[in-house]
Amino acid sequence: MSRTLRDIAKELKLAVKTREDLLARTVTGGYAGDLLSDVLAHAGQGQLWITLQTHANIVAVASVKELSGIIIVNGRTPEEATLQKAEQESIPILVSPLSTYDVVCRLCALGVTNREGV
Amino acid sequence: MKEFRADLHIHTCLSPCAELEMSPRNIVNEAKRKGLQVIGICDHNSAENVPAVEKRAAQEGIAVIGGMEVTSREEVHVLALFDREEDLFSLQGIVHANLPGSNDEQLYGEQVIVDENEEVLGFSDKLLIGATELSIERLVELIHERDGLAIAAHVDREGFGILGQLGFVPEGLALDALELADPSKRDCVPRGNRLPFITSSDAHKLEDVGRKATTFWMNAANTAEIRRCLSGAEGRRARI
Repeated sequence: MSRTLRDIAKELKLAVKTREDLLARTVTGGYAGDLLSDVLAHAGQGQLWITLQTHANIVAVASVKELSGIIIVNGRTPEEATLQKAEQESIPILVSPLSTYDVVCRLCALGVTNREGV
Repeated sequence: MKEFRADLHIHTCLSPCAELEMSPRNIVNEAKRKGLQVIGICDHNSAENVPAVEKRAAQEGIAVIGGMEVTSREEVHVLALFDREEDLFSLQGIVHANLPGSNDEQLYGEQVIVDENEEVLGFSDKLLIGATELSIERLVELIHERDGLAIAAHVDREGFGILGQLGFVPEGLALDALELADPSKRDCVPRGNRLPFITSSDAHKLEDVGRKATTFWMNAANTAEIRRCLSGAEGRRARI
Protein backbone atom coordinates (compact mmCIF):
# COMPACT_ATOMS: atom_id res chain seq x y z
CA MET A 1 0.00 0.00 0.00
CA SER A 2 1.31 3.44 -0.88
CA ARG A 3 1.26 6.14 1.74
CA THR A 4 2.32 9.73 1.79
CA LEU A 5 5.22 10.87 3.89
CA ARG A 6 2.79 13.07 5.80
CA ASP A 7 0.79 9.98 6.93
CA ILE A 8 3.96 8.20 7.90
CA ALA A 9 5.40 11.17 9.77
CA LYS A 10 2.18 11.42 11.76
CA GLU A 11 1.80 7.70 12.50
CA LEU A 12 5.44 7.24 13.54
CA LYS A 13 5.60 10.61 15.33
CA LEU A 14 8.65 11.64 13.33
CA ALA A 15 10.37 14.98 13.77
CA VAL A 16 10.21 16.79 10.43
CA LYS A 17 13.51 18.57 9.72
CA THR A 18 12.77 19.97 6.27
CA ARG A 19 9.94 22.06 4.84
CA GLU A 20 6.42 20.68 5.19
CA ASP A 21 5.39 20.72 1.52
CA LEU A 22 7.91 17.92 0.75
CA LEU A 23 5.72 15.55 2.79
CA ALA A 24 3.12 15.26 0.03
CA ARG A 25 5.27 12.60 -1.65
CA THR A 26 4.11 9.05 -2.00
CA VAL A 27 6.30 6.35 -0.53
CA THR A 28 6.47 3.19 -2.65
CA GLY A 29 8.48 1.02 -0.23
CA GLY A 30 11.59 1.17 1.88
CA TYR A 31 15.28 0.51 2.14
CA ALA A 32 17.45 0.36 5.28
CA GLY A 33 21.22 0.74 5.23
CA ASP A 34 24.16 2.71 6.61
CA LEU A 35 26.78 1.96 3.96
CA LEU A 36 26.06 4.62 1.36
CA SER A 37 27.77 2.58 -1.35
CA ASP A 38 25.26 -0.19 -0.71
CA VAL A 39 22.32 2.21 -0.82
CA LEU A 40 23.61 3.61 -4.13
CA ALA A 41 23.73 0.07 -5.48
CA HIS A 42 20.43 -1.30 -4.16
CA ALA A 43 17.85 1.29 -3.14
CA GLY A 44 14.95 1.89 -5.54
CA GLN A 45 13.06 4.91 -6.79
CA GLY A 46 10.36 6.19 -4.45
CA GLN A 47 11.58 4.19 -1.46
CA LEU A 48 11.89 5.69 1.98
CA TRP A 49 15.44 5.25 3.30
CA ILE A 50 16.09 4.43 6.95
CA THR A 51 19.67 5.12 8.14
CA LEU A 52 21.76 6.27 11.06
CA GLN A 53 24.08 8.33 8.84
CA THR A 54 23.69 12.10 9.16
CA HIS A 55 26.42 13.31 6.78
CA ALA A 56 25.46 15.59 3.87
CA ASN A 57 26.31 12.79 1.42
CA ILE A 58 22.98 11.13 2.32
CA VAL A 59 21.17 13.92 0.47
CA ALA A 60 23.17 13.33 -2.70
CA VAL A 61 22.51 9.59 -2.49
CA ALA A 62 18.76 10.11 -1.98
CA SER A 63 18.70 12.58 -4.83
CA VAL A 64 20.58 10.36 -7.30
CA LYS A 65 18.41 7.34 -6.41
CA GLU A 66 15.20 9.44 -6.44
CA LEU A 67 14.20 8.22 -2.98
CA SER A 68 11.07 9.67 -1.41
CA GLY A 69 12.79 10.66 1.82
CA ILE A 70 15.17 9.81 4.64
CA ILE A 71 14.39 8.72 8.20
CA ILE A 72 17.36 9.17 10.53
CA VAL A 73 17.16 6.76 13.48
CA ASN A 74 18.21 6.66 17.13
CA GLY A 75 17.40 10.35 17.52
CA ARG A 76 20.62 11.37 15.79
CA THR A 77 20.88 15.00 14.81
CA PRO A 78 21.44 15.72 11.12
CA GLU A 79 24.31 18.12 10.49
CA GLU A 80 23.53 21.70 9.50
CA ALA A 81 25.15 21.15 6.08
CA THR A 82 22.92 18.10 5.56
CA LEU A 83 19.72 20.06 6.23
CA GLN A 84 20.81 22.94 3.98
CA LYS A 85 21.54 20.54 1.16
CA ALA A 86 18.27 18.71 1.76
CA GLU A 87 16.31 21.97 1.39
CA GLN A 88 18.19 22.77 -1.82
CA GLU A 89 17.65 19.33 -3.30
CA SER A 90 14.10 18.97 -1.93
CA ILE A 91 14.85 15.79 0.00
CA PRO A 92 12.65 15.37 3.08
CA ILE A 93 14.50 14.45 6.26
CA LEU A 94 12.71 13.04 9.30
CA VAL A 95 14.10 11.86 12.62
CA SER A 96 12.89 9.05 14.88
CA PRO A 97 14.11 8.24 18.38
CA LEU A 98 13.65 4.55 17.54
CA SER A 99 16.19 2.12 16.11
CA THR A 100 16.24 1.03 12.47
CA TYR A 101 14.56 -2.25 13.38
CA ASP A 102 11.72 -0.59 15.26
CA VAL A 103 11.14 2.00 12.52
CA VAL A 104 10.99 -0.74 9.89
CA CYS A 105 8.55 -2.79 12.01
CA ARG A 106 6.23 0.19 12.32
CA LEU A 107 6.44 0.93 8.59
CA CYS A 108 5.49 -2.67 7.84
CA ALA A 109 2.54 -2.40 10.22
CA LEU A 110 1.40 0.63 8.23
CA GLY A 111 1.56 -1.47 5.08
CA VAL A 112 4.64 0.24 3.64
CA THR A 113 6.25 -2.74 1.91
CA ASN A 114 8.16 -3.24 -1.32
CA ARG A 115 6.49 -4.78 -4.35
CA GLU A 116 7.28 -8.45 -4.67
CA GLY A 117 10.49 -9.08 -6.49
CA VAL A 118 11.71 -5.55 -5.92
CA MET B 1 66.69 14.41 -3.02
CA LYS B 2 66.49 10.88 -1.64
CA GLU B 3 64.25 7.88 -2.15
CA PHE B 4 62.29 6.79 0.95
CA ARG B 5 60.28 3.62 1.20
CA ALA B 6 57.46 4.29 3.62
CA ASP B 7 54.75 2.17 5.22
CA LEU B 8 52.63 4.84 6.88
CA HIS B 9 49.93 2.65 8.41
CA ILE B 10 51.17 0.19 11.04
CA HIS B 11 49.31 -0.81 14.22
CA THR B 12 50.97 -1.69 17.53
CA CYS B 13 49.79 -3.89 20.40
CA LEU B 14 47.77 -0.88 21.58
CA SER B 15 45.14 -1.64 18.94
CA PRO B 16 42.79 -4.29 20.35
CA CYS B 17 42.67 -6.07 17.00
CA ALA B 18 46.48 -6.19 16.57
CA GLU B 19 48.68 -9.07 17.69
CA LEU B 20 50.61 -8.72 20.94
CA GLU B 21 53.81 -9.34 18.93
CA MET B 22 53.41 -5.77 17.55
CA SER B 23 55.85 -4.27 20.06
CA PRO B 24 58.00 -1.25 19.21
CA ARG B 25 61.14 -3.40 19.07
CA ASN B 26 59.60 -6.05 16.81
CA ILE B 27 58.02 -3.47 14.49
CA VAL B 28 61.29 -1.58 14.07
CA ASN B 29 63.28 -4.78 13.47
CA GLU B 30 60.75 -5.98 10.93
CA ALA B 31 60.72 -2.59 9.17
CA LYS B 32 64.50 -2.73 8.91
CA ARG B 33 64.39 -6.27 7.57
CA LYS B 34 61.84 -5.20 4.93
CA GLY B 35 63.98 -2.25 3.81
CA LEU B 36 61.66 0.53 5.00
CA GLN B 37 63.16 3.92 5.82
CA VAL B 38 59.95 5.47 7.16
CA ILE B 39 57.14 3.99 9.25
CA GLY B 40 53.85 5.58 10.30
CA ILE B 41 52.36 4.35 13.57
CA CYS B 42 48.57 4.55 13.45
CA ASP B 43 46.67 2.77 16.20
CA HIS B 44 42.90 3.07 16.43
CA ASN B 45 41.97 6.39 18.06
CA SER B 46 45.14 6.50 20.18
CA ALA B 47 48.83 7.36 19.94
CA GLU B 48 50.18 6.16 23.26
CA ASN B 49 52.73 3.75 21.77
CA VAL B 50 54.21 6.28 19.33
CA PRO B 51 56.93 7.59 21.73
CA ALA B 52 58.22 4.06 22.38
CA VAL B 53 58.43 3.26 18.67
CA GLU B 54 60.23 6.57 18.08
CA LYS B 55 62.83 5.77 20.72
CA ARG B 56 63.43 2.31 19.32
CA ALA B 57 63.55 3.49 15.71
CA ALA B 58 66.02 6.27 16.48
CA GLN B 59 68.55 3.60 17.49
CA GLU B 60 68.08 1.86 14.14
CA GLY B 61 68.04 4.90 11.87
CA ILE B 62 64.39 4.52 10.86
CA ALA B 63 62.16 7.60 10.73
CA VAL B 64 58.81 7.45 12.51
CA ILE B 65 55.79 9.58 11.65
CA GLY B 66 53.50 9.54 14.65
CA GLY B 67 49.82 9.17 13.96
CA MET B 68 46.44 7.68 14.69
CA GLU B 69 43.75 5.97 12.67
CA VAL B 70 40.75 7.99 13.81
CA THR B 71 37.19 6.75 13.31
CA SER B 72 34.81 9.56 12.36
CA ARG B 73 31.15 9.55 13.36
CA GLU B 74 30.30 8.26 9.88
CA GLU B 75 32.59 5.30 10.74
CA VAL B 76 35.19 6.37 8.19
CA HIS B 77 38.81 5.60 9.09
CA VAL B 78 41.17 8.56 8.63
CA LEU B 79 44.94 8.48 9.12
CA ALA B 80 46.20 11.55 11.00
CA LEU B 81 50.00 11.93 10.76
CA PHE B 82 52.11 14.55 12.54
CA ASP B 83 55.72 15.67 12.90
CA ARG B 84 55.36 17.15 16.37
CA GLU B 85 54.35 15.00 19.30
CA GLU B 86 52.46 17.90 20.90
CA ASP B 87 50.19 18.14 17.86
CA LEU B 88 49.58 14.39 17.87
CA PHE B 89 48.73 14.31 21.55
CA SER B 90 46.61 17.43 21.36
CA LEU B 91 44.47 15.66 18.73
CA GLN B 92 44.46 12.51 20.85
CA GLY B 93 42.99 14.56 23.71
CA ILE B 94 40.11 15.69 21.49
CA VAL B 95 39.61 12.20 20.08
CA HIS B 96 39.44 10.66 23.56
CA ALA B 97 37.03 13.34 24.78
CA ASN B 98 34.75 12.40 21.86
CA LEU B 99 35.10 8.62 22.11
CA PRO B 100 32.33 7.01 24.18
CA GLY B 101 32.54 3.64 25.89
CA SER B 102 35.21 1.52 27.54
CA ASN B 103 37.03 -1.52 26.26
CA ASP B 104 36.02 -5.13 26.92
CA GLU B 105 39.22 -7.17 26.65
CA GLN B 106 37.32 -10.44 26.32
CA LEU B 107 35.38 -9.13 23.34
CA TYR B 108 37.84 -6.88 21.52
CA GLY B 109 41.31 -7.71 22.84
CA GLU B 110 43.94 -6.09 25.05
CA GLN B 111 45.12 -2.52 24.51
CA VAL B 112 48.69 -2.62 25.76
CA ILE B 113 50.79 0.50 26.33
CA VAL B 114 54.50 -0.38 26.29
CA ASP B 115 57.91 1.27 26.40
CA GLU B 116 60.77 0.80 23.96
CA ASN B 117 62.00 -2.28 25.87
CA GLU B 118 58.66 -4.08 25.77
CA GLU B 119 57.91 -3.28 29.40
CA VAL B 120 54.18 -2.97 29.91
CA LEU B 121 53.31 0.51 31.15
CA GLY B 122 49.58 -0.06 31.34
CA PHE B 123 46.38 -0.73 29.43
CA SER B 124 44.11 1.75 27.72
CA ASP B 125 40.54 1.42 28.95
CA LYS B 126 39.05 3.55 26.14
CA LEU B 127 36.85 1.80 23.58
CA LEU B 128 39.49 2.30 20.87
CA ILE B 129 37.64 0.13 18.36
CA GLY B 130 34.63 2.47 18.57
CA ALA B 131 33.67 5.55 16.56
CA THR B 132 34.26 9.12 17.73
CA GLU B 133 31.53 11.73 17.63
CA LEU B 134 33.63 13.90 15.28
CA SER B 135 32.29 14.42 11.77
CA ILE B 136 34.78 13.70 9.01
CA GLU B 137 34.83 17.40 8.06
CA ARG B 138 35.63 18.45 11.65
CA LEU B 139 38.26 15.74 11.94
CA VAL B 140 40.11 16.84 8.80
CA GLU B 141 39.95 20.42 10.05
CA LEU B 142 41.41 19.45 13.44
CA ILE B 143 44.25 17.56 11.73
CA HIS B 144 45.09 20.49 9.43
CA GLU B 145 44.96 23.02 12.27
CA ARG B 146 47.87 21.00 13.70
CA ASP B 147 49.80 20.81 10.40
CA GLY B 148 49.03 17.10 10.07
CA LEU B 149 48.29 14.94 7.05
CA ALA B 150 44.72 13.66 6.70
CA ILE B 151 44.52 10.52 4.59
CA ALA B 152 41.36 8.46 4.07
CA ALA B 153 42.34 4.89 4.97
CA HIS B 154 41.82 1.81 2.78
CA VAL B 155 39.32 3.48 0.44
CA ASP B 156 39.10 0.29 -1.61
CA ARG B 157 37.61 -1.64 1.32
CA GLU B 158 33.89 -1.38 1.92
CA GLY B 159 33.95 -1.44 5.71
CA PHE B 160 35.26 1.78 7.29
CA GLY B 161 36.51 3.12 3.95
CA ILE B 162 35.22 6.52 2.89
CA LEU B 163 33.72 5.26 -0.38
CA GLY B 164 31.91 2.39 1.31
CA GLN B 165 30.59 4.45 4.20
CA LEU B 166 29.78 7.67 2.35
CA GLY B 167 29.39 6.52 -1.26
CA PHE B 168 31.86 9.09 -2.58
CA VAL B 169 34.40 11.60 -1.27
CA PRO B 170 32.33 14.56 -0.03
CA GLU B 171 32.73 17.70 -2.09
CA GLY B 172 35.19 20.15 -0.58
CA LEU B 173 36.64 17.68 1.93
CA ALA B 174 40.32 18.69 2.09
CA LEU B 175 41.93 15.25 2.34
CA ASP B 176 45.65 15.06 1.49
CA ALA B 177 45.46 11.60 -0.07
CA LEU B 178 43.53 8.35 -0.36
CA GLU B 179 45.13 5.16 0.91
CA LEU B 180 44.67 1.98 -1.12
CA ALA B 181 44.95 -1.40 0.55
CA ASP B 182 45.56 -2.85 -2.92
CA PRO B 183 47.34 -0.48 -5.34
CA SER B 184 46.08 -2.45 -8.34
CA LYS B 185 42.58 -1.15 -7.47
CA ARG B 186 43.53 2.45 -8.25
CA ASP B 187 41.51 2.45 -11.45
CA CYS B 188 38.38 1.28 -9.63
CA VAL B 189 38.34 4.40 -7.45
CA PRO B 190 36.31 7.32 -8.81
CA ARG B 191 38.81 10.11 -9.42
CA GLY B 192 36.48 13.07 -9.70
CA ASN B 193 38.33 14.64 -6.83
CA ARG B 194 41.84 13.99 -8.24
CA LEU B 195 43.28 13.15 -4.84
CA PRO B 196 46.70 11.46 -4.84
CA PHE B 197 47.09 7.86 -3.68
CA ILE B 198 49.34 6.18 -1.17
CA THR B 199 49.42 2.50 -0.29
CA SER B 200 50.35 0.96 3.04
CA SER B 201 50.12 -2.34 4.85
CA ASP B 202 47.63 -1.58 7.67
CA ALA B 203 49.71 -4.25 9.45
CA HIS B 204 48.09 -5.81 12.52
CA LYS B 205 50.69 -8.60 12.64
CA LEU B 206 54.44 -8.57 12.19
CA GLU B 207 54.74 -10.38 8.87
CA ASP B 208 52.49 -7.75 7.23
CA VAL B 209 54.77 -4.79 8.04
CA GLY B 210 56.01 -3.35 4.73
CA ARG B 211 53.86 -5.70 2.64
CA LYS B 212 52.57 -2.54 0.95
CA ALA B 213 54.60 0.67 0.87
CA THR B 214 54.78 4.00 -0.93
CA THR B 215 58.03 5.37 -2.34
CA PHE B 216 58.62 9.07 -1.79
CA TRP B 217 61.36 11.16 -3.45
CA MET B 218 62.02 13.99 -0.99
CA ASN B 219 64.67 15.74 1.10
CA ALA B 220 63.69 14.49 4.54
CA ALA B 221 61.22 12.14 6.16
CA ASN B 222 58.55 14.45 7.55
CA THR B 223 54.93 15.32 6.84
CA ALA B 224 55.78 18.64 5.17
CA GLU B 225 57.95 16.82 2.64
CA ILE B 226 55.35 14.06 2.16
CA ARG B 227 52.78 16.78 1.48
CA ARG B 228 55.04 18.16 -1.27
CA CYS B 229 55.44 14.66 -2.74
CA LEU B 230 51.66 14.21 -2.82
CA SER B 231 51.14 17.44 -4.73
CA GLY B 232 54.22 16.90 -6.90
CA ALA B 233 55.70 20.21 -5.73
CA GLU B 234 59.33 21.20 -6.27
CA GLY B 235 60.31 18.01 -8.08
CA ARG B 236 59.15 15.72 -5.32
CA ARG B 237 56.98 12.74 -6.07
CA ALA B 238 55.26 9.67 -4.70
CA ARG B 239 54.82 6.25 -6.30
CA ILE B 240 52.55 3.43 -5.16
